[in-house]
Amino acid sequence: MPLDNVVFWVFAPISVAAAVGMLTRRNAIHAALFLVVNLFCVAVMYLLLDAPFLFAVQIVVYAGAIMVLFLFVIMLLGVDRGDDLKERLLAQRPLAIVLGAGVALEITLAVRAGIGFSERAAPGFAESVNAGGNTQALARVLFREYFLPFEITSVLLIIAAIAAMVLAQRRAPALTQAEIDALDVSEADPT
Amino acid sequence: MRTPIAYFLVLSGILFSIGTVGVLVRRNALVIFMSVELQLNAVNLSLVAFARMHGDLTGQILAFFSMIVAAAEVVVGLAIIVAVFRRRHSVDVDAARELAG
Repeated sequence: MPLDNVVFWVFAPISVAAAVGMLTRRNAIHAALFLVVNLFCVAVMYLLLDAPFLFAVQIVVYAGAIMVLFLFVIMLLGVDRGDDLKERLLAQRPLAIVLGAGVALEITLAVRAGIGFSERAAPGFAESVNAGGNTQALARVLFREYFLPFEITSVLLIIAAIAAMVLAQRRAPALTQAEIDALDVSEADPT
Repeated sequence: MRTPIAYFLVLSGILFSIGTVGVLVRRNALVIFMSVELQLNAVNLSLVAFARMHGDLTGQILAFFSMIVAAAEVVVGLAIIVAVFRRRHSVDVDAARELAG
C-alpha cells in the first residue's frame, strides 16, 4: 500500500470523527477543539494533493487565528455551559440527519458518475505545475491573472476589521441631565 | 499520487453534509458558525482536489481566496454574536424571536 494511501486512510476517518464530535458535544469549547482537529486533518489532505502552501495557510490562518478567535469569544461570553437539548420543533433533528446523509450519498453518487473511483490524477504535478516550488508557482498565478481580486481582498479585510470594531464596541448610555450637573459640580471642586 | 481523486471529493462531501446537519440541528450560534466553517473548509478541499486533478493552480488560488473571505466573515460574524449576546445574554438562536409572528 503506497504511503499517500496510508496517510489518507489514517487522516480521513479522524477528520470525519472530529466533525461528528463537533456536532455532538454540548460544550462549545469542546466543539471548537474538535473543529481544530478536523482542520488539521484537512491540512494534511492539502499536503497529499501537492498544495504545501495551502497546508501552511490552513494551519496558520484556520487552525491558528480563526480558532483562537472562536475560543476567545466563547470564553469572553462565558457560554461554555452547553445548550439545552430539548427538541422544540417536531422531528426536526431526525429529518436534518436524514437530509445530511442524503446529501452525502448524492455527492458520492455524483462523483462516481462523474469521474469514477479509479481515476487517479496524472503524475508529475510537482515537476510541471509546481515547478520551482508550489509557493512560487502560486505567486506567479496570483500576482498576474488574479492581481485585482487579490487587492480587493485587502479592502475586504480592512472593511471587516472596521465592521468588527463598530459592531463590538460598547456604547455608553446617554447621560441624564442630573448626571451632567453632578459632573460639573465635581469638576468645579478645587480639591 | 496513488490515492484516487474521488476519495478526496467524497471526503469533502461527507464533511460538507456534517456541516449542514450541524447548522440545522444545533441552536448555539457559535456552534452553528463553526459548522459553517466546516462547510467552507470542505468546499476548499474539493477545490484543491480538482486543482490536482486538472493540473491547474486556479483551484488552489480559489481556495486561498475563500480562506481570506472566511477569515473576514468570521470576524464580522463573531462581532455580531458578541453584540447580540450583550443585548440578550444568550447565544441561543431560538431566543431571538422579536420578529416572530
